[in-house]
Amino acid sequence: MNAPSARTYFFTGIALIAFLALTVAAAYIDLGPLNTAVAMAISLAKGALIVLFFMHIRYSKPILWVFVGAGFFWLGIMLVLAMSDYMSRGWN
Amino acid sequence: MSDALLVPIEHQFDDAVQQREAATMGMWLFIATEILFFGGMFLGYTAYRHAYPVPFAEASRHTLIAFGATNTAVLLISSTVMAFAVRVASQNRRRLLGLLLFVTASLGILFLVIKGLEYAHEIHEGLLPGRAFHIDAADPQHAELFFYIYWLMTGVHALHVTIGVVLITFFAFRAWFRDAFRNHDTPVELLGLYWHFVDIVWVFLFPLIYMIDRHS
Repeated sequence: MNAPSARTYFFTGIALIAFLALTVAAAYIDLGPLNTAVAMAISLAKGALIVLFFMHIRYSKPILWVFVGAGFFWLGIMLVLAMSDYMSRGWN
Repeated sequence: MSDALLVPIEHQFDDAVQQREAATMGMWLFIATEILFFGGMFLGYTAYRHAYPVPFAEASRHTLIAFGATNTAVLLISSTVMAFAVRVASQNRRRLLGLLLFVTASLGILFLVIKGLEYAHEIHEGLLPGRAFHIDAADPQHAELFFYIYWLMTGVHALHVTIGVVLITFFAFRAWFRDAFRNHDTPVELLGLYWHFVDIVWVFLFPLIYMIDRHS
């Protein structure tokens, strides 16, 4: 594994704090239904930075990509299939 | 004697590299179960927010965004410090490793203190679900549902932070006094993965709890 440099960690940390400021600022602007989408997109970007650099996945073997991907893929199955049911059946 | 000879290799592994990769894969498998564990709660949140969007937005405005944002910054900084700790562990710098782990644990404690102050304020305001629950909202019953999910998810997350703080403190002492991770930094790397995962959960909780509808 090629460990990332101290510079990489430093700038990843700066980017995470910048994204935090951005997400708080965006919450106070009325974007209609896009507010939640923007907040989730920023959270996904932060999560990706942490997984790729702090958790070293950017520098890891493909087998680890499979392990990480499986975790999030199954989470996606649970959220998408369950919500497609709730959103399409007049559950209320 | 070369450093490599100091690494104990269990009999089922060919070499130190394979042993390390197996440990990392095991940790990611554990994290996958944690993703699904928290995922169930995120699904509950999503389903109920979809069913009751207005009470959820109203309840969310009763949360303390300054506390939430500060705590997000605290956890992001602690994760950055942890990344440096994992780096110096691989360089066998035990005093610096102990120090960085101690800073990480201290930031974790700061997170818990801020969360505790927030909880105290919310209990005082009557926002703890139960007989004493009270909220100035059009649909208090479903606003209470938001707070039920809020206490559950932040509580389970805080439990994870607490476990992390205890482990990180333990590792800090082991590094500082025993030099326990010389040429054997895999445990520190795995501890780092756990701490970063706890950080990621909060990154998603923060906008979903504090910022459903802040602009109106």
